[in-house]
Amino acid sequence: MTTTIKTAVGRRQFLKAGAAAGGGLMINFAWSADMTDKTEFKQRNKPDEQALKLNAYLLIAPSGDITAMVPNPEFGQNVMTSMPMVLAEEMDADWQRVIAKQANYDARAYDRQFTGGSQSIHQAWNSLRVAGASARQMLVAAAAQQWQVPASEISTEQSVLRHHSSGKQSSYGAMASAAAKLSTPEEVSLKDKADFKLIGNSKKNTVGEDIVTGKPLFGLDYKTEGTLVAMIVHPPAFGQELASANLAAIKKMDGIVDAFSFETVKPDYQNNYFDSNAFPKLVAIVGLKTWQVLKAKRALTAEWSLRPAINETIRLFGTETPRFYPQGLESSTSHTQQMQAVLNGGDMEVLRADGDINAAFDTADTVLERTYTAPYLAHNTMEPMNFYASVKGTSVHVAGPLQAPVFIQGTLAARLNIPQDNIEIEFTRMGGGFGRRAYSHYLVEAAAISQAVKAPVKLMYTREDDMTGGIYRPTYSVKIKGALKNNKLVAYRVSGTGIPEHCIAADRFPAGAVDNYLAEAKAIDSNITTGAFRAPRSNFMASAEQSFLDEIAELAGADAIDFRLELLKRAKDNPVGEKNDYDPERYAGVLKLARESSGWDKLPKSVNKGVAAYFCHNSYAAQVIIVDDNLAVDKVFSAMDCGIVVNRDAAINMVEGAVIDGVGNALFGEMTFTDGVPDKSNFDRYRMIRMKEAPKEIHVSFVENLVDPTGLGEPPFPPVFPALANALYKATGTRLYEQPYAKQLKPSN
Amino acid sequence: MPTYTLNINDEKQTITTDADTPLLWVLRDDLDLVGTKFGCGIAQCGACTVHLNGSAVRSCSLPISAVGESKVTTIEGLSEDASHPVQKAWLEHDVAQCGYCQAGQIMSASALLAKNPNPSEDEIVESMNGNICRCGTYGRIKTAIQSLAGGEAK
Repeated sequence: MTTTIKTAVGRRQFLKAGAAAGGGLMINFAWSADMTDKTEFKQRNKPDEQALKLNAYLLIAPSGDITAMVPNPEFGQNVMTSMPMVLAEEMDADWQRVIAKQANYDARAYDRQFTGGSQSIHQAWNSLRVAGASARQMLVAAAAQQWQVPASEISTEQSVLRHHSSGKQSSYGAMASAAAKLSTPEEVSLKDKADFKLIGNSKKNTVGEDIVTGKPLFGLDYKTEGTLVAMIVHPPAFGQELASANLAAIKKMDGIVDAFSFETVKPDYQNNYFDSNAFPKLVAIVGLKTWQVLKAKRALTAEWSLRPAINETIRLFGTETPRFYPQGLESSTSHTQQMQAVLNGGDMEVLRADGDINAAFDTADTVLERTYTAPYLAHNTMEPMNFYASVKGTSVHVAGPLQAPVFIQGTLAARLNIPQDNIEIEFTRMGGGFGRRAYSHYLVEAAAISQAVKAPVKLMYTREDDMTGGIYRPTYSVKIKGALKNNKLVAYRVSGTGIPEHCIAADRFPAGAVDNYLAEAKAIDSNITTGAFRAPRSNFMASAEQSFLDEIAELAGADAIDFRLELLKRAKDNPVGEKNDYDPERYAGVLKLARESSGWDKLPKSVNKGVAAYFCHNSYAAQVIIVDDNLAVDKVFSAMDCGIVVNRDAAINMVEGAVIDGVGNALFGEMTFTDGVPDKSNFDRYRMIRMKEAPKEIHVSFVENLVDPTGLGEPPFPPVFPALANALYKATGTRLYEQPYAKQLKPSN
Repeated sequence: MPTYTLNINDEKQTITTDADTPLLWVLRDDLDLVGTKFGCGIAQCGACTVHLNGSAVRSCSLPISAVGESKVTTIEGLSEDASHPVQKAWLEHDVAQCGYCQAGQIMSASALLAKNPNPSEDEIVESMNGNICRCGTYGRIKTAIQSLAGGEAK
């Protein structure tokens, strides 16, 4: 059975879809009416000049080579393979003939060119399928015309068209020219998902060879003739701004072309949510060679002054929100006190209240109250922030690593005073993102520097610039109070704070599973900038919620998995409230799968095992972690429900990576501040997980179903923290409430 | 500025640059060999790993004046067509996620295997511990190395 779907839609509404990013699918599909658009990537290898365009996503050459354009920026989630797989599946293309190419930014041709929120595959799913099916249908129509047979009698497989009764057959390549002359079909038929042949298998990374041979894939590798090296110097402390610097002396140094201070944002421009505003004025140093500029950067001496408080109204998906950066030099010790004061103060906004929470606590058998905290985290992508920019008169070409071009285009146009249409944004592969590159102020900085020096520049952050430049995962604290009656969870109160945002999602589990529930929150302002970090808020809330449930399950004398499953059964059979944001059955499904894959019930008592499950970014994840008596992570069993798994081995790789990232950040991740200055600026002090601390074995399982796919970049990550904390408790007898956990385990570490 | 004659990937290269210029920036800026990556600049992450007479070194912290006549091999010199056994193992196990650190990982692994064709798990971990992978591909890196050491069948 196939599904027929209309391809033609009106103008896309990206912002509307973006606002609903957590929920609804985007099913519209934009045909590129403009055949001269900029989607053809300036390919460094495998050029295919004969390729003819079938639609914005697919080109085919008479040779049979099929070019699959990948609209979303690649940062390791492997869209360069999974997206072409979806296109090729519906096209019935021979995978061996598919060449993946990264598209440039082109809002007219593509939907949602945004890498973030674990939404790449989820939100592109229908567009990719329709594009693939449409290309196939055009090839079929061309063959039908040529052979004078009904299109319905033509079958396709592995890039071959066949008409069985006449015995006629043709390769896709031979039909390419005729197909490319046809117009886009108004309706296409999509395959029955049960008939997928390519999707669900494992295909090797289409960029694998370029990676292992060191080809110039990344932003830092990008340059054109005459490109100058640019670096910035930002204030050493948040809350400071530049007063003066020895720029005249710097300009005289070997190889230095220019040194100047510049505004990073246009003063009267209304920032959007993704515009950073930590350091609105920077020093730029521009030179011929990297080492010369690095030496000049070290030789710079500057005076810094206190920056005034900033009160602004920012734009976010069509709404306006106030944002306040107070004046002053902040320290982590005072942050901790501020958060404690909020949690003890009672003056919080109630986000959801079910039942009668106070009466439930009054009549309970047992009440447990715990407070959990976690520090700021630096993203520490291996490739530091950088961008290439060439501003020539009113024409702008920028290229580099960024997750969210749509959010920076207007900011860039305003800063340069050049129309948005004159700006070409090219995506390079990103050396990691984790949310950091959704805040691409560095792109604006590169372009502003290029405009000032009238030459193409490549802006490179040093590791120190990168780690001390802001956009951290916020620091959070949450207090959870729960009550048992007859060993059942009858009350759950969660009070959350954080700097500069709180961490509460009020309709998440265990909301819906507890009769008396209250969620409340209050945020604290700061001038230290923060941003999305792999599974924002969830990456902390999972640890608090799932550590608490573990502890209260133990008080109830229940098995950790049974206790959770009972709550989920309640949420399914007789849910409290109507807005619960999760599907209890799928949630329970991953717990059951993890129980089975880990052999949870049969593990000897001496095994230090911990479990946790979480739902975020549309996918369900459970983790069982086993630590040895030396507290090393021995085995991890990951169970995922992300619907259809597109590229199985790559999906497993991503889950393995999320587990290792989770273990690393849970044990070691921490950024602190003293008088506004980040206490760590490079990997000598900022501890990253290395091979020695990585789990010895990771086993990944997927719930098999035909639900349209959701993402995997973020969902496996949050439950790693509490599963580890719960396993470490088994090994040590000590519950862990503060991250990073290694500090609690070994004070000398 | 002094002039240096270097042996990079079996080719003679003459470079005029400050004596304290790290080899990394000579490779990237002067020779367009950008497979060697900048990660930290202080020899803590391993992204810039190259071979100096067959040993893994951090090119970000090796001044050009100290290179002398040593034979330098970069990822481009390992093979341009991914035919080196370590590159092949990386592809076979589809190791990479973002891929940024992998040139450095491959250079560390190939130096290890050249010296010790059959490293134990502990020896692999010891040798690879200086290379950070932010995406968390450590398990696959280890498996890929073990496959070359004949350890995978165990």
